[in-house]
Amino acid sequence: MTTVLEPARATDAAAYHLSHLHLLESEAIHIMREVAAEFERPALLFSGGKDSIVMLRIAQKAFWPARIPFPLMHVDTGHNFPEVIDYRDRRVAELQARLVVASVQESIDTGRVREQTGPRASRNQLQTITLLDGIEANRFDAVFGGARRDEEKARAKERVFSFRDEFGQWDPKNQRPELWNLYNGKHRQGEHIRVFPLSNWTELDIWQYIARERVEIPSIYYAHRREVFARDGMLLAVSPYVTVLDGEEPFEATVRYRTVGDASCTGAVVSDAATVEDVIAEVAATRITERGATRADDKVSEAAMEDRKREGYF
Amino acid sequence: MAELLRIATAGSVDDGKSTLIGRLLWDAKSIFEDQWEAIERSSVQRGDDYTNLALLTDGLRAEREQGITIDVAYRYFATPRRTFILADTPGHLQYTRNMVTGASTADVAIVLVDARHGIVEQSRRHAFLASLLRVQHIVLAVNKIDLVQFSEDVFRRLELEFRALTARLDVPDVTAIPVSALHGDNVVTRSDRTPWYGGPALLEHLETLDVVADRNLDDARFPVQYVIRPMSAAHPDYRGYAGQVASGVLRPGDDVEVLPSGRRTTIAGIDTFDGPVDAAYPPMSVTIRLADDVDVSRGDLVVAAGSRPTVSQDLVATVCWMSDEPLRPGTRLAVKHTTRTAKAVVKEIGERLDVTTFETGAAAELHLNEIAQVTLRTALPLCYDDYRRNRATGAFILIDEATGATVAAGMVGSSIVRALAGA
Ligand SMILES: Nc1nc2c(ncn2[C@@H]2O[C@H](COP(=O)(O)OP(=O)(O)O)[C@@H](O)[C@H]2O)c(=O)[nH]1
Repeated sequence: MTTVLEPARATDAAAYHLSHLHLLESEAIHIMREVAAEFERPALLFSGGKDSIVMLRIAQKAFWPARIPFPLMHVDTGHNFPEVIDYRDRRVAELQARLVVASVQESIDTGRVREQTGPRASRNQLQTITLLDGIEANRFDAVFGGARRDEEKARAKERVFSFRDEFGQWDPKNQRPELWNLYNGKHRQGEHIRVFPLSNWTELDIWQYIARERVEIPSIYYAHRREVFARDGMLLAVSPYVTVLDGEEPFEATVRYRTVGDASCTGAVVSDAATVEDVIAEVAATRITERGATRADDKVSEAAMEDRKREGYF
Repeated sequence: MAELLRIATAGSVDDGKSTLIGRLLWDAKSIFEDQWEAIERSSVQRGDDYTNLALLTDGLRAEREQGITIDVAYRYFATPRRTFILADTPGHLQYTRNMVTGASTADVAIVLVDARHGIVEQSRRHAFLASLLRVQHIVLAVNKIDLVQFSEDVFRRLELEFRALTARLDVPDVTAIPVSALHGDNVVTRSDRTPWYGGPALLEHLETLDVVADRNLDDARFPVQYVIRPMSAAHPDYRGYAGQVASGVLRPGDDVEVLPSGRRTTIAGIDTFDGPVDAAYPPMSVTIRLADDVDVSRGDLVVAAGSRPTVSQDLVATVCWMSDEPLRPGTRLAVKHTTRTAKAVVKEIGERLDVTTFETGAAAELHLNEIAQVTLRTALPLCYDDYRRNRATGAFILIDEATGATVAAGMVGSSIVRALAGA
């Protein structure tokens, strides 16, 4: 018979307690440090959206008191909310970080992609090419993304270290098993790994963390007055990037954004939530997913996200 | 604030796992209306005569088309008392690989059985894999209790049989709960249709399960992940070792040893962005500073002086093989153990374990989803503990350097294989 070792129990185990946010933060820091240690040219996708803001905050913590040891990359659709670009630039300056901008406009100008036409044209699809070109041009071998598994069904099956072939594609049926906290970053030249340190966070966790950390976020996440119109069950902002169709009546409303994407396809929700605490209360009570509520791009089909991800989307 | 509980679920096809998970998520208000509407629509299209909750968890197109679950999916829900991460592992295809993956991070495993069919081959495997991965708590959910007329006899018989099994597997905590996932009995609230059952409903049990004592807080282990050297005007001489505490408690002033070199020093301070801390414990990510200028780099292990793990290039482990290409003696691989990666060669394949019969026998090679005792020789010394004492410093993965694939999960020691062989 063998003796099975039993770990002796420390009697004061309960004293060594961590809150769930602390646990999630600690896991995300661990992931970022693994990447910084094992890859030559990582980059962090920073859009000014709340998930990337949290990711950036965690990067700041992971390497403190040193600066973040990799650049940030913004895939700029050109259809921006000015508040978000303003926020991005301030944050980059504060952290003395390096920002790489991959521009969809440039991809259009150089003929890499063709702009969609018509009133429902969106640059969302085009971003994938710009992103992959940006990764290739900068020879990034690991790219941090702020995606969470609770966002969407295809994402629920994504690894923390998600392997991409030389075409940037994701093969959901051929993923590496991911065990314990032992991440496999093995890749060949031209291939890269997408890394999702916030995989295990929910929308509510993100907001609670923003509140706990008192990090500033762009003002459009809070209730404000804006001219909007209804389309496909969502409220889109009147902006130079969308054509209001006949029968679509613009009106002013108090709204806020739950996600920040391309201004042409990101919807606002009617809300009075003016502070982070209000938002938390609202999110906790909400019965519709953030993507369902505010992203026209995911409504196309049940597999819309999976298809875009296969091609190399965020 | 609520703490976090990690759950792995396992069950054979049609035992009602999707229904159970759907109910937990729905009642914890983690299914949203648009998700519900989407699966209602799909269910009608497919001609299902009920809203097929499995569609909620089958995220990939191939899964929905074929009506099977291919890969581990992670679900999130929260109650006022706790937040939960649930690794939903499919019961058939690649079950070993998926279950091992899901269980590797789990605090508790839910093994689901159909009350009419009892403890079947799959249930035995699930219990075995959970115990192999050292999941300390197992819940036996005896589902479809409504289909056996809420019979106490059936439940007690299954409970007894399962306890006999898990006792052999050395699982410290087993709880059996009679449930009806479809009708909700004992899932979120206790049912009055099982008056003979005095225990908690499933969710209640998950909310109150005590897991803080599961961590090893005795053997201080800190794998160095990354060296922080700002070399800035504000911090010209700062040199910190960043990492996540694997086990034990570290405090400033503690005498420590840096392995594998064996150099001794003391902890000068433990830093975080939010300020210094006076104790670091698992799984905190911190940065430690050492009193002496010793040579420390990624892959080294800082341990409490006098609490040495094994430091060696030879390793005996229980390995679960996850590749189509068989493992043979002489195979060369890379091993990733804590923060150290090293080349390794397979010296010997020892006893192979049949995960259904629990019988062991000699094996010349190891095939997909098989488990065996394997002896490895590594190019660099590893600092390891027995997996059963320390999940963090006893675990490793094997990587095929040619394809980059993760081909095995490894657990240092072979006690479970030997325990079963001797039993
Ligand atoms: N009567 C009864 N039927 C159930 C129960 N749980 C699940 N079912 C049914 O069993 C079938 C298989 O359930 P499903 O959740 O898809 O099983 P899975 O393959 O384990 O995910 C479905 O028809 C369910 O409605 C239960 O507790 N009682």
